[in-house]
Amino acid sequence: MTINIKVNGVNKEVDVTEDTPLLWVLRDELKLTGTKFGCGMAMCGACTVHIDGSAQRSCTMPIAGVANREITTIEAVSSKTANAIKAAWNELDVPQCGYCQSGQIMSAVDLLTKNSTPTDSDIDASMAGNVCRCATYSRIRKAIHLAADKLKE
Amino acid sequence: MNDKLIDKPVSRRTFLKGTSTSLVIGMYLPMLASKSATAAQPVSSATANAFIKIHANNTVTVLSKHIEFGQGTFTGLATLAAEELDADWSQIRAEHAPADVKLYVNSLFGIQGTGGSTAIASSYLTMRKAGAHAKQWLKQAAAKLWQVPVERLEVNRGIIFDKTTGKKATFGDLVSTAAGMDSPTAEVMLKTPEQFKLIGRDLPKLDTADKSSGNAQYTMDVHLDDMVVATVAHSPKFGGTVASFDATNTLKVKGVIDVKQIATGVAVYATSTFAAIKGRRELKIQWDNSKAERRSSKVLFNDFHQSLASSGKVAGERGQIKDVLSQSENTIELSYEFPYLAHAPMEPLDVVVQHKNGAVTTWFGSQIPTIDQATIAQVFGVKPEKVQINTLLAGGSFGRRTTPDSGLALEAALVTKAFEKPVPVKLVWTREDDIQGGRYRPMAVHKVKATYEDNNILGWQQEVATQSIVANSPFAGMIQNGIDPTSVEGAHNQPYAVPHFQVNLTDMHTGVPVLWWRSVGHTHTGYVVETLIDTLLEKTNADPVDGRVALLAEYPREAQVLVSVKKMAEQAGKPAVGRMRGVAMVKSFGSYVAQIAEVSKGSDGMPKVHRVWCAVDCGVAVNPNVIRAQIEGGIGYGLDAILHGEITLADGGDVNQSNFHNYPVLRINEMPEIEVEIIKSAHAPTGVGEVGVPPIGPAVANAWRRLTGQQITRLPFAKSINT
Repeated sequence: MTINIKVNGVNKEVDVTEDTPLLWVLRDELKLTGTKFGCGMAMCGACTVHIDGSAQRSCTMPIAGVANREITTIEAVSSKTANAIKAAWNELDVPQCGYCQSGQIMSAVDLLTKNSTPTDSDIDASMAGNVCRCATYSRIRKAIHLAADKLKE
Repeated sequence: MNDKLIDKPVSRRTFLKGTSTSLVIGMYLPMLASKSATAAQPVSSATANAFIKIHANNTVTVLSKHIEFGQGTFTGLATLAAEELDADWSQIRAEHAPADVKLYVNSLFGIQGTGGSTAIASSYLTMRKAGAHAKQWLKQAAAKLWQVPVERLEVNRGIIFDKTTGKKATFGDLVSTAAGMDSPTAEVMLKTPEQFKLIGRDLPKLDTADKSSGNAQYTMDVHLDDMVVATVAHSPKFGGTVASFDATNTLKVKGVIDVKQIATGVAVYATSTFAAIKGRRELKIQWDNSKAERRSSKVLFNDFHQSLASSGKVAGERGQIKDVLSQSENTIELSYEFPYLAHAPMEPLDVVVQHKNGAVTTWFGSQIPTIDQATIAQVFGVKPEKVQINTLLAGGSFGRRTTPDSGLALEAALVTKAFEKPVPVKLVWTREDDIQGGRYRPMAVHKVKATYEDNNILGWQQEVATQSIVANSPFAGMIQNGIDPTSVEGAHNQPYAVPHFQVNLTDMHTGVPVLWWRSVGHTHTGYVVETLIDTLLEKTNADPVDGRVALLAEYPREAQVLVSVKKMAEQAGKPAVGRMRGVAMVKSFGSYVAQIAEVSKGSDGMPKVHRVWCAVDCGVAVNPNVIRAQIEGGIGYGLDAILHGEITLADGGDVNQSNFHNYPVLRINEMPEIEVEIIKSAHAPTGVGEVGVPPIGPAVANAWRRLTGQQITRLPFAKSINT
């Protein structure tokens, strides 16, 4: 069936079955491959995108559920907070294999957008859904604090 | 993959013996450069040698003979080349080299491949020589262009200059001239460590920007014209085969194109990944389990214990262990159980293969290109050189992509061949395939008996039962006198001065495929050796660090990391009430690592690891930033395994776990604060990809024992504490 979605500010018409998860529409139909497949059951966070400004797992979100909603992916996330997060990720060389980092960044942007001065336990609560098998967690934590500090300057 | 492999090359220190200000290295450097253009024709890039391309836009591409999967090899190898090239770091890029064993052999393996934390160790001279060679080539081009003697030219941060005339050029300026010239053949001079400008600095990693923006391309991201996506339904039991199947409902799924039986299961082909996954769910398959492994983990552990009691080959011994054990009154006996572990890299396994006009093109994170190439070639009946491997970034591996039989590449080739069309086929494993797909860290049982008298440790007997990783593989030559070194590494050669000592190995056979898992045998041997020595030191009233050091008189580098890590922890002050510290030291892959973990009992009854101090000696620290990252990650990976990691087989042999909901992995709330100190060293560099893993388990266990009195010998902790 044909479904209209809005991705990164652009209206798109996709022809997929309505149970197709948003993840596979982004990756296979729209070729927005920055959003990753990690588990397929919302347990790892590699597929995290923003839907109407909030971090959501796209691998279990049927496309029918996001028609006409604002979807933002790693390729286009560019708020002041997002840019601060990405800059901090670069400054601290957070990624190792890098596969989970799109999802980490999308979750971190969501956290920092809603809470400009997160504590370590705020970070734990918000980021525990994002798995990093390289265990870059200590740098993720530092990078979120760094971005928060930079945004205050 | 094993210390033996690392220790073979004896030449690693020879370069340090030179006394002149520069050193001549005469080792073989494969050359690609030939006259590709004349000076009159501007070119966009020129190839200096097999490892370095210079571009007219003044960037330099370093070709990495090793796969980048997070360990920082792009940055590390490029640093070595850029150092001798005297390039500016900002102009350096890296990409994967093609599969070509003649040009890109891993000198420690004899084939092209990544593993055993060997990338830097096997490349330290090769990549530096490549850089020095390219520099000489550019200098010759400048000399020709300016009509000045080449000896007069100097290079600094990417600028070639002639002090006499004041002429200057960037590398990019010289590309067209250099491209028309013969490659220098004279031996090149390498710098001495005091002359290093880039080696030893915290250079930013080359792949960070792409990996922080969604731009990095992995196999999963490959989309090609007419590409088909395939999934494979595998037997739920190891060794099961397809008896019959019914694909009627699968073929009704929108997007499914075809279904084929292959040697490893039933392949579903579709126009999209989701259709291939959905279609596979609709398959009805009858499995032939007549040759399948049907024992449960419980039965397997029992069999391991039974075998241990009745057999075993001596892997290492000294003194008269049997006499000492029979005569002594003060003995400790412990029995350890280590479960299967899945690697669970973030990117599920995937390979793209296209067979067209007699040639095969592949795109994937190939970790052993030489074997992958040969395996794929055999499936299609072509010569290996007809198989092109485009190595892509891999979303982690931790050993999983180094299957000695090229299992993944083989399945991808079989899937593509069975489809019988010249289009690219992307084989995608789901997380369930990954967790249930075997190739686990082997199960292991250790039984130890140690004895002490008058505050002296007298005897140590350690019996190991585990399954060989290298048996029946191209690496089987590593087995010596019936001992697979990956089964006992770190145990049979442990460094502590115990006068009467013996380690035995009982080789177990199961139908469960096993594989190297980040730090391999040290994942279990390090745990046993370091928890036992710690217990013995406590019994003999010795300080855990000083006591170890006293037993390491002949092992100064082991002792040094212990002394350093103790100092680090002491500088942090005493632990808070309710917390205890534990130490462990493991040498693996030629590197020395000591860790102290500060642990309390969490509200869930499990250990809460607050802080970890780590001292590492990996020889010359090529990039301290990358080394710290690898140690941090290794600690997280090892902590994950000892707290939660466990793959179990149910009665009948099916794997109980399937995804991250029942194969829990470390999350950010469990990550300790980590401090890493790198010992300053002039020794040749050794690996850091795996060496952070082994000490963390025993360090936490030793802290836990001192905190609670509970000796954890059945891993993971969650199993010992909750049952």
